[in-house]
Amino acid sequence: MYPEYMQESLKLVEKTRPERLKKSLSGEKVFTPMTDAERGEVLTKFHPDYQADARRKIRIGPNRGENITLEVADLLESHSRINPDDFDLSRVDYDTDVLVIGGGGGGAGAALLARENGAKVIIATKLRIGDANSMMSQGGIQASVNPNDSPAIHYLDALGGGHFDNKPDLVRALVMDAPLVIKWLEELGVMFDKDSNGNMVTMLGGGCSRKRMHSARDYTGAAIMRVLRDEVKNHPEDIQVIEFSPAIELLMDEGGQVAGAILYNLETEEYIMVRAKSTIIATGGFGRLHIKEFATTNHYGATADGLVLGYRAGANLLYMDSVQYHPTGAVYPEQILGFLITEKVRTMGAQPVNKFGELFVFPLEPRDVESSSFIRECTERGKGIITHTGRVGIWLDSPLIELINGEGAIQKQLPAMYRQYNRFDIDITKEPMLVFPTLHYQNGGLEINDQCETKIPNLYAAGEVSGGVHGRNRLMGNSVLDYNVFGRRAGIAAALNAKEVKLGKLTLKHIKRYERELQEADIHTDKISPMLLPNYTTPEVRARQLTAHYEGTLR
Amino acid sequence: MEEKTPSPKAKMISLYIMGKRYEVPEGSTIMGALEYAGYQLKRGCGCREGFCGACATVYRTTDDYKIKTGLACQTVVEPNMYLAQIPFFPANKALYDLDELEPSISTFQEIYPELFRCVSCNTCTKACPQDLEVMDYIQALIRGDIAQAADLSFDCIMCGLCAARCPAEIVQYNVAVLARRLYGKYLSKKGEYLESRLKEIKEHKYDKEIEEFMHMDKESIKKKYYVRDIEKM
Repeated sequence: MYPEYMQESLKLVEKTRPERLKKSLSGEKVFTPMTDAERGEVLTKFHPDYQADARRKIRIGPNRGENITLEVADLLESHSRINPDDFDLSRVDYDTDVLVIGGGGGGAGAALLARENGAKVIIATKLRIGDANSMMSQGGIQASVNPNDSPAIHYLDALGGGHFDNKPDLVRALVMDAPLVIKWLEELGVMFDKDSNGNMVTMLGGGCSRKRMHSARDYTGAAIMRVLRDEVKNHPEDIQVIEFSPAIELLMDEGGQVAGAILYNLETEEYIMVRAKSTIIATGGFGRLHIKEFATTNHYGATADGLVLGYRAGANLLYMDSVQYHPTGAVYPEQILGFLITEKVRTMGAQPVNKFGELFVFPLEPRDVESSSFIRECTERGKGIITHTGRVGIWLDSPLIELINGEGAIQKQLPAMYRQYNRFDIDITKEPMLVFPTLHYQNGGLEINDQCETKIPNLYAAGEVSGGVHGRNRLMGNSVLDYNVFGRRAGIAAALNAKEVKLGKLTLKHIKRYERELQEADIHTDKISPMLLPNYTTPEVRARQLTAHYEGTLR
Repeated sequence: MEEKTPSPKAKMISLYIMGKRYEVPEGSTIMGALEYAGYQLKRGCGCREGFCGACATVYRTTDDYKIKTGLACQTVVEPNMYLAQIPFFPANKALYDLDELEPSISTFQEIYPELFRCVSCNTCTKACPQDLEVMDYIQALIRGDIAQAADLSFDCIMCGLCAARCPAEIVQYNVAVLARRLYGKYLSKKGEYLESRLKEIKEHKYDKEIEEFMHMDKESIKKKYYVRDIEKM
């Protein structure tokens, strides 16, 4: 139930609905998509990345002098959690072929493929295996499988979505492996939505020119992650999972190769040394940095740890000046602020409308363009709906879905959305959802090639922590694909590499060197990173924790 | 900054966390209340959106003897609630090679024999924060109906509350993931499109076209992009 003060606007949405429905059913485009120039204009004027204080120059490390997102720059210009002199590097706790840092979809896929290629694997993860953004993806996974589609068309869509900045070799890997990944997942027992012939149900995603979105209701990420987790757990003899033990620094050897990592047991507060011939960073993204104080769709652990580890060891960052805001985050009710409303809602026909019930943008522009136009509607044009807590949003007219696809379509294909709103007595089959852009995805990250190698020997990266494949804006359904494609590739490459590598004497000199760089750049800060977990304790409580000792955000 | 903490002006209510009394803002989720009270969560907190099952919670309200269950990130607090989390539950998971299993009742008899101890008490269903018909999918499996079990358990987030409450000590969510995997791999109908696309890729049908795209200058590829036809919704 929406409050009384929203009712007038809701009536206008209902009033314009029949006309909008008619156009939608006619097969015409419901709104004209933007041209290149129009996209450019709305992005530069309204996308949060383009605001004056969104970025700053980073003063140390491999990307010194480049403009990157402010919160990321702050995190990278922080101290290590440890003093290297405290470590006895002759005491190795675990020895393995491949160390996978991160227990999301990319990490799980990497571990499985590394095992298949003969490696012994350790997965070290901050929370539980499967506690990751991978689990939360709702809408789907792209793969060009239909006869009217092709990997080449997928390539073109991904490139246009990324504003033509994507690294070509990575996009090729993404689109060419996509059908293979669908096959692999199906063989592992993932239940995709299918038609009566057994072909996959496919939908149109934002910025896509073909129906290419494969889904598993609106639990696509969960359906995949549950299976990958189950499969990892089937191989305890080859894949050891160490939970609640985030990596806090990489280990290196005297020859400048990466040689494993130092883990931190969150419960016993011990530091643990893992020596590994190949190390894969698959730690995911940075939503919990709450960039520009945005609410986020991201997992509790999405704190950019892998960027810090890799950067301190000398790996390059790519496109860390760009942030993805998902157009449709929940604005009301307050309890689910920032909650992801899957793009599938729009792919199934829901339209964004302003407080007068007017459709003001093509519903499936690339995400950054769509988000920027929502912000324009709420700011410059003043046609947003304002809540009692002073937040603003536009309506996402979900009842259209059932009018287009038939009664029951929402409960059948969007059960998570229906369930979520039903908890707050809002029936999205009858009433729209109030939405505003929410911090969603790290477009850039550690630079890799199509074998997931960083420029540091023995160091690989896969999934959201890596950068390049999406350019400066990712399309819907390409992240689930990304972590599968590159997780698998990283696993294979790391396992093969492990067969060749000879590690030398272990060292943490790179941490000392980084600390020296901080001093030389005259950076004075009490921040430490990786931050590991955000802290949501109130300032009042913190002020009373007189003897509590905080290391960064952790008590 | 955190989205789940209501504004400080909100009306305060009291409740009990692990038996201790705290004042928290009305309208908070259980997770928000724990954090407001000063807890730094390590276990028992995951996606914060109801998809990962990390924050399984048991609670009771003062005037009721019943133990209730929910997700801490999804359940709004009530006055005088008694809250506790289940940070870990030592549930049994069978190890198996999916390639060697048959999609039949005998598989379950062999690797999850306790499944057949179900006493139809429906406690699992009552415990499910997703409102799934848990007992019905267990009963479907006992009848050998893997397809129905896969369908009914589809929205399972594996929080473990069913298993924590089951008097027959069945681990429903692990049984269910096996049912879905068997269905997805063996029982679901397979289409032709995927196989023919895989064949084309193997035969290098698209290599040349993509290679050309990779080497085009930005203006030419832009042109190609903006004139491409878009399939109707």
